[in-house]
Amino acid sequence: MKKNMWVAGVAMPVMIGLLLLVGSPKLRATDQPSAANAEVRIDNFSFGPETLTVPVGTTVTWTNRDDIPHTVVSTDGVFKSKVRDTDEKFSYTFAKAGTYPYYCSVHPKMTGKVVVQ
Amino acid sequence: MTDKKQDFIDEKLQELNNDGIDRRGFLKCMAWAGTGLVWTMSGGIPVSRAFGKSMERHGHKGDFSFVQISDSHMGFNKPANPDVVATLQAAVDKINGLAQPPEFLLHTGDISHLSKQEQFDNVDQILKGASAKDVFFVPGEHDVLDDNGQSYLQRYGKSAQGSGWYSFDKKGVHFIGLVNVMNLKAGGLGSLGGEQLEWIEKDVKHLKHSTPIVVFAHIPLWSVYPDWGWGTQDSAQALAYLKKFGSVTVLNGHIHQIMQKVEGNVTFHTAMSTAFPQPQPGKADSPGPMKVPAEQLRKVLGITDVDYVRGQHSLAVVDSNLG
Repeated sequence: MKKNMWVAGVAMPVMIGLLLLVGSPKLRATDQPSAANAEVRIDNFSFGPETLTVPVGTTVTWTNRDDIPHTVVSTDGVFKSKVRDTDEKFSYTFAKAGTYPYYCSVHPKMTGKVVVQ
Repeated sequence: MTDKKQDFIDEKLQELNNDGIDRRGFLKCMAWAGTGLVWTMSGGIPVSRAFGKSMERHGHKGDFSFVQISDSHMGFNKPANPDVVATLQAAVDKINGLAQPPEFLLHTGDISHLSKQEQFDNVDQILKGASAKDVFFVPGEHDVLDDNGQSYLQRYGKSAQGSGWYSFDKKGVHFIGLVNVMNLKAGGLGSLGGEQLEWIEKDVKHLKHSTPIVVFAHIPLWSVYPDWGWGTQDSAQALAYLKKFGSVTVLNGHIHQIMQKVEGNVTFHTAMSTAFPQPQPGKADSPGPMKVPAEQLRKVLGITDVDYVRGQHSLAVVDSNLG
């Protein structure tokens, strides 16, 4: 009885613990959610999704799928793309939490927001 | 107004437009037709005549005409028009075929599609073939991308102020070129800005009330369709400075279709593009390039011929398509 208790109570947990420790780098590599990257699609004079919520450190990439050029400009001067024609992209990495409203400076009615948490 | 007077006016309107369509219906219809349309003001009542019936030219020394072209979007190459060079050339051919050669051209912006030097170069080259050698420009939002309008100004704004506004006189008519595509704010419309508004006030202060005024700017100076940004948020102030004048003609582009509005002494008019059409307000998800069957493309692109006849109350605005 003493032996069984020892196995169940100590050896097993230790072994499982060791296995987890050994295995975790593998776990980390395959199980990593792609919170590091997010996409916004520009089409039909709009940003999709209009509000994007991402974790700190995410790189957001805007891709213009419209047949007209657009820009991505932060209303608070945080980021500003050059003009993006069809299929061109713009990326920005959000290192700080906060709310980042932006718009297209060519067609200012087009607005969007990135919320970084 | 007495009933008798109102009846008389209605009768006259009916006579002038006796094709069975009332003025509102006609405006709605012709705004999209893109065919030749003559608008003149006669004693404050807008009178329309189908293009083709010759305008009586009084042959006064002070008479002249000019042509407005707009939205050439040099560099655009998507399905709505894969060859904007050809259609701009067609516009030049149309200009050169006019019975009365224009004195000069006005280009109301979106000269280029991406503000690139070679795109501006291309337009300049093509316009060299027009009978009228002088061209006056104002920028569209596509002409001031990335560099805050520096390329545009270096090329077209040598005698302009601020972001490219200026005025000039031709045979007693005062022309004012305005810029409403700079420093656009999120969620906003076109914008003139305080500095430009102050300049407008000074520019017209000492002009006689009888001086005919022509204002040209890219984005419409009246509220065509705010949801799509088709308007200028501070144009009311500019128009207030022009209230004293008996004849004001406002020529705009940006919306790639003909729209007309008459308000008191002010006639607002937008031109077709020489590159591609756009949908009517609210008739599509967005105001982007509209694809039409290839054989119809030239029917919805065009130029605007404007006649000034000395002594007439106002300028006659004639739209014609490219084919």
